Amino acid sequence: MSGIDITRFHQTFFEESFEGLDAMEAALLRMSSGPSDAETINTIFRAAHSIKGGAATFGFSEVAGFTHVLETLLDLMRSGRHEATPADIDCLLRSGDALRSLLTAARDGGQPDRDGIAALKAELESRLKGGGETPSAPAPAQASAPAAPAARGWRVRFIPKPELFASGNDPVRILRELTQLGRCEVHCDSERLPGLRIAHPEVCYLAWTIELHGDCPREAVAEVFAWVEDDCELHIDALEAAVEVAVTATETRAPELKLIEGGKPATPAAAATAPAPGVDRRAETRGDGSSIRVATEKIDALINLVGELVITQAMLQQQSAGLDPVQFERLLAGLSALNRNTRSIQEAVMATRMLPVDFVFSRFPRMVRDLAAKLGKQVRLATSGEQTEIDKGVIERIADPLTHLVRNAIDHGLELPEVRAASGKDPIGTLRLAASHQGGHIVVEVSDDGRGLDRRRILAKAAERGLPCSESMADGEVWQLIFAPGFSTAAEVTDVSGRGVGMDVVKKNIEALNGAVEIQSEAGRGMRVAIRLPLTLAILDGMSVAVGEEVFILPLGSVVESLQPQPEQVKRMAQQGSVVRVRNEYLPLVDLREWFALPGTRRATHEAIVVIVEAEGRKLAMQIDELVGQQQVVIKSLETNYRRVRGVSGATILGDGRVSLIVDVGAIVRLFSSPQTPAAIAA
Amino acid sequence: MSIPASDTGPVNAQIASAMPNEFLTFTLGEEEYGVDILKVQEIRGYDTVTRIPDAPDFIKGVINLRGTIVPVVDMRLKFKLGRADYNEFTVMIILNIARRVVGMVVDGVSDVMQLTPEQIRPAPEFGSAVNSRFITGIGALDQRMLILVDIERLMSASDMALMDNHSQALQ
Amino acid sequence: MSRILAVDDSTSMRQMVVFTLKSAGYDVAEAADGVIALEMAKKEKFKLVLCDVNMPNMDGITLVRELRGLPDYKFTPLLMLTTESGPEKKQEGKAAGATGWLVKPFNPEQLVATVQRVAS
Repeated sequence: MSGIDITRFHQTFFEESFEGLDAMEAALLRMSSGPSDAETINTIFRAAHSIKGGAATFGFSEVAGFTHVLETLLDLMRSGRHEATPADIDCLLRSGDALRSLLTAARDGGQPDRDGIAALKAELESRLKGGGETPSAPAPAQASAPAAPAARGWRVRFIPKPELFASGNDPVRILRELTQLGRCEVHCDSERLPGLRIAHPEVCYLAWTIELHGDCPREAVAEVFAWVEDDCELHIDALEAAVEVAVTATETRAPELKLIEGGKPATPAAAATAPAPGVDRRAETRGDGSSIRVATEKIDALINLVGELVITQAMLQQQSAGLDPVQFERLLAGLSALNRNTRSIQEAVMATRMLPVDFVFSRFPRMVRDLAAKLGKQVRLATSGEQTEIDKGVIERIADPLTHLVRNAIDHGLELPEVRAASGKDPIGTLRLAASHQGGHIVVEVSDDGRGLDRRRILAKAAERGLPCSESMADGEVWQLIFAPGFSTAAEVTDVSGRGVGMDVVKKNIEALNGAVEIQSEAGRGMRVAIRLPLTLAILDGMSVAVGEEVFILPLGSVVESLQPQPEQVKRMAQQGSVVRVRNEYLPLVDLREWFALPGTRRATHEAIVVIVEAEGRKLAMQIDELVGQQQVVIKSLETNYRRVRGVSGATILGDGRVSLIVDVGAIVRLFSSPQTPAAIAA
Repeated sequence: MSIPASDTGPVNAQIASAMPNEFLTFTLGEEEYGVDILKVQEIRGYDTVTRIPDAPDFIKGVINLRGTIVPVVDMRLKFKLGRADYNEFTVMIILNIARRVVGMVVDGVSDVMQLTPEQIRPAPEFGSAVNSRFITGIGALDQRMLILVDIERLMSASDMALMDNHSQALQ
Repeated sequence: MSRILAVDDSTSMRQMVVFTLKSAGYDVAEAADGVIALEMAKKEKFKLVLCDVNMPNMDGITLVRELRGLPDYKFTPLLMLTTESGPEKKQEGKAAGATGWLVKPFNPEQLVATVQRVAS
């Protein structure tokens, strides 16, 4: 028949196999964390089963060979003949990784770690034996069945059972099949046929004797009857020998057996050092009828265009501000509709970039499990809000910080089971990952019920590192110290989380996303790190402020209030610049004109406007000339064609086409309120 | 990628291997320069720039070039040549270098010139405003002498302060 | 002319079966599990059903049993696509009412040959 190129199905096979492995891993983790239902093990079995079937069909013999052993073990577990031990589950998890690397190698042409995989296969086999069961006889490839003597032909006696039709089989089809093998002389035996009036049309009364003339092996003849061997009496005799051989089910070796272990000799490849198994874990969900795949670049191009549209719309809005509302009523109504539509388009387009946070969360069950095992801790992972949607760009960039926080929590936060038990806690520690929408933000929290931060030790360490600190600092300020570069609270550096890069990197990564990190901690009760992130990286709710000729954008989220201070509210501090008293707080004063070294003379503070901004739990007064207004702005990167600028997080284009810089409030707050400043003022 | 940037590589080798043959010429002070035409995206008048803090004076700021933010360098200030005034005659060459877009203000743009390899001579060790390590050769055409600049290397140099990997050197 | 129904939870296998049979001139419908297949079979009388054994929601054995119980499928060929070559699964399939089986892995030629056997 016309050759069908089965490589066309490979892509789908790989996608579904990676998905299957993900599902398998998730189910294994469920099994390891407590009693599981039958469906869990079924899910695992099915994943392995499908991979094996596909791999064998599509010619990935190494994958098929490995999966066969895996499947056999899973089948024993599924049928309850092998009780899954934690060691088994661990072995199965590693097998999933091995399969992943085999599949990746099959897809991309790399070299998997064959030695490691062979060892794992041997381990699986020994587990099979350990369970008191032998593998369900995967017949080794046996292309040549016991050689049958060449015969001139066969005499076949075929006596179907009366209920043969009920299986959907039809003697006529079988006889026709037989004629494919050679010339047939067919004798119908109607002996059993009752009178036609009482004959039931659904019952098979006939029997046949066929003399098949041709040089075909006995197996070929038996194969024709394979589907009905239990529904009939069958005798196949060589025409010459005429010795009857009763055929029973066990004796028949149907040829299909031979194909199962298609990939017997794993090619003894050159010992290649392959990377650890477990590479492509994020096979994207395949597109079914309700979704399509679109390249991210296309979406980003669309977002850029919408950004331009928003700018144009803002420009029109601005230009129309002075128009007479009576004379231009219809134009203004149109512009207002344009405004609404533009917003809707913008939201709709931004939504296409949103992904559930589960994309990051899903990597943690495995990590937590492995890490806990390594550290001898017991950890229960609880997640919530997995469906909360975040911009794809944000998701990609919070994965590392979150990983770090989770590691920290298990390594430093949660105590060993004995220690927990001794202090009256549940020996199993709880690690919580939660995501939620809060206002225009996404908050992702990592919390644990471990020992909490150690105030004394942090202060000691900070002093040792020469960081400005004092005993009188509030807890919140002490916790902030752990974000200082190179700070590590672990008494000893473990290879799990203490590598010198620490919380400072976490904080930097989050702030690069216009986000903020907050810490709460209670000694003996645990700690909670909350990451507050903007919904998207592309749009910012901004407050535009003017300094001289220039217009700057302050992220609205960081603006607390604006005011025109009275002269007595402003105090000059020796060597510390000025402070502004707002109600009972003294806030450091930053003049944006000075900060950005803009031309023009500085106004007296009481003649200017002061905007109170807040970042990282600290406030600051920013002196500007005028408030211009509030607007949504499209964030453009300065770094595309230029470099990072201190105190600037990006740029945007105003309605008149001019570029305006977006102020990095966090960076300025950090530089201005060195830790002793608030303490010194409060003193 | 373009011409490999090697500070020590012999100039002649660069000429032989990767010398462009079409140049946009512009003037800076008394001298006439040429840059590979393939690096030039467009030529436009001077726009209002938005000043950037923390930048040397020759970086005038950034402009909006059809939605992207593009930094503008005034070469007259950078090389302390000519008068740095801005009027309707001030021109800006928009360059496409090292996968970035950068605007460059010069005294004036002359024309596009074709040079055969024979018309290009190795750069002598003489003092032009532009450091000789960025000069790939001298183009001679009639009475004119064209200083051929490897604009990509020049703009990527640390003292241009345009790119992040060099910002360390600034501080 | 009536159609063939191919049931498999594995998209790649299903694609392969459907594509192969269509290339051989058959009209084919597809379903991703037993529940969907059964629903489809109740609405349309297929001349042959090819189904995988291990599927979520409703496995192949159950599907065969259900189908065999429908008046329209009393004598319809129902073939199982199985990787299990051991006698137990076949026995189970037969007991449920399967006509026969095709053991994975099979290539397109084997598939067409088998289908021709029962669906011509």
